[in-house]
Amino acid sequence: MANKARAKPADLPSIGKSATGIRGLDEVTHGGLPQGRPTLLCGSAGCGKTLFAMTFLYNGVVEHNEPGVFLAFEEQPEDLIKNVGSLNYDIEKLIAEKKLAIDHVEIERTKIAESGEYDLEGLFIRLGYAIDSIGAKRVVVDTIETLFSGLENEQLLRSELRRLFEWLKSKGVTAIITGERGEGTLTRYGLEEYVADCVILLDNRVHDQLSTRRLRIVKYRGSAHGTNEYPFIIDEQGITVMPITSSGLMHAASTERLPTGIPDLDQMLEGKGYFKGSSILVSGMAGSGKSTMAAHFADATCASGHRCIYFAMEESPSQIMRNMRSIGIDLQKWIDKKLLLFSARRPSLFGLETHLASMYRDVTDFDPAAVVIDPMSALTGAGASGDVHSMVLRLVDFLKSRNVTALFTNLGVSSENVTTEIQISSLMDVWLLLYNRESNGEHNRQLYLLKSRGMAHSNQVREFILSSEGIKLRDAYIGPEGVLTGSARIAQEAKDGAAILVREQDMERRSRELERKRREIAAQIEILQAQLASEVAEAELLNREGAGREDQLAADRVAMGVSRQAGARPDRPVPKPANKPKK
Amino acid sequence: MTKHDGYNLRLYVAGQTPKSIAAIANLKKICDQHLPGRYEIEIIDLMKDPALAVRHQIVAIPTLIRQLPEPLKRIIGDLSNTEKVLVGLDIRPT
Repeated sequence: MANKARAKPADLPSIGKSATGIRGLDEVTHGGLPQGRPTLLCGSAGCGKTLFAMTFLYNGVVEHNEPGVFLAFEEQPEDLIKNVGSLNYDIEKLIAEKKLAIDHVEIERTKIAESGEYDLEGLFIRLGYAIDSIGAKRVVVDTIETLFSGLENEQLLRSELRRLFEWLKSKGVTAIITGERGEGTLTRYGLEEYVADCVILLDNRVHDQLSTRRLRIVKYRGSAHGTNEYPFIIDEQGITVMPITSSGLMHAASTERLPTGIPDLDQMLEGKGYFKGSSILVSGMAGSGKSTMAAHFADATCASGHRCIYFAMEESPSQIMRNMRSIGIDLQKWIDKKLLLFSARRPSLFGLETHLASMYRDVTDFDPAAVVIDPMSALTGAGASGDVHSMVLRLVDFLKSRNVTALFTNLGVSSENVTTEIQISSLMDVWLLLYNRESNGEHNRQLYLLKSRGMAHSNQVREFILSSEGIKLRDAYIGPEGVLTGSARIAQEAKDGAAILVREQDMERRSRELERKRREIAAQIEILQAQLASEVAEAELLNREGAGREDQLAADRVAMGVSRQAGARPDRPVPKPANKPKK
Repeated sequence: MTKHDGYNLRLYVAGQTPKSIAAIANLKKICDQHLPGRYEIEIIDLMKDPALAVRHQIVAIPTLIRQLPEPLKRIIGDLSNTEKVLVGLDIRPT
């Protein structure tokens, strides 16, 4: 690691490396095993030492044209050849081509008597002969500790082993010495004392009945190396060590977008979809449409010409494809075009680390733009929740470092269980919640974008339906009690329509009433005016009558005065009263 | 060549090392003493023919193999312990 940071002068000596060809191991060791030196490979029974060693030899021949010798103390050559045949290693062919030699050393204490001093020169001669006859550059000694049970003189054996390792070094061969794990020590007979350049420990731990293989480089003289325990898997594709522990948060963020596969959902994400390289969590209850969401995404990814891996944890690929056909998504055609890869496995098949390792291998092999893990929550069955968290963390880091968009589905316990069981939501960039809410005796699907880092996303709860053309988001219908869905939405729509009608009718009625009142008042005005007119006429009549009477009275008074001769003269005018109404 | 009760012995050595030389001497002495006229010794130097080490499953040097009479017997070491050689070769003192 330090070598990379600083430019190293070319003339400084450094140890050569011999690539093992084992995927991941060469990365962890920064190139392979120390060239021309022995490496101790230790581990308990059944953890893959022999397979590791044979792979080292096989790859040496096939990839680097370096012949190899396998000195076997435990297994017969025929058994060895058969055992690695499962990895498609054609050892017999290599032996015939003189690229590989297997020598089986048989030692049985009961058949050997000891008398006096001896040494193991015979072993040296055999090994030397095998190395020279094919020009071997690589040697495996598996497992030399068998000698301890075959021979009595342990002290002699120890000095001979020391000599053997020195001799191997002087031969310039890169060697793997295997050793059985002892109680509290790396090897039962302390081989690590002699082989001190590089020690690799293999481990096969069983937790909750699930075994996980791990590898650790205990020491590596003269070289930087990864120090963690790395999970590895052995299967028909050979050995894969997965060099991902949590990597740094150094991945570049992309501004590229990948469509979600649902145009309406794209619309909610600024009309463009997910960021490339982001992690998307789709959580919801059973039957809320998580897998459908995932299938849409896979379909859209392939449709845009990118590759996608679908990690199916609960359903078989054919079942998923059948189900998705019913909503109009044809995934088969993408498989045929080699754009889509289904990788189906039961979570309980093996431990978390192994799952992680196999996903790692699938992703590096297939190099997809997107992956779907459906459902991630199934993994909780394969480990403790803390382990699941760490696994998902590493998976997310790994995928992000490769700029792979990942969609995880997660089965929630309740419809609005905001804290996901394994606390992974904080690792996710986009979180889509799918509800399946019950109201009025029916379940309706709703979708909500709880978060979407780095973009202005919609905050609207939307109803969606699964139609024969896939997921369709309905326009949001917001009533007085929140978003209405299903028949409630239809009912509310009807109710609203009726209310409008009532209001219209009401208005009509009111305007009619007004008109009526106006007319009534107008009629009243007419009546009043008529009354007024008649009153005026009456008053005039009375006035006229009044005036006539006064004139008469005056005339009468004059006539009376004349008759009484009181000085009144008929030619003198009579004074008029002041309040006499004027005509 | 071999009599029916004769001993056919093979001694594997690697060059002229002190242990090899001692083994050869010790073997001859024991045979002369306990199997006079009834033995035959073949000395094989694996330095000259290393392939034989593989074919005959030789690990330790020196190794003595009793070819005849059957069954095959193996003794490793410089044969300095006569008692063990006699037991190993299944020779009853006469």
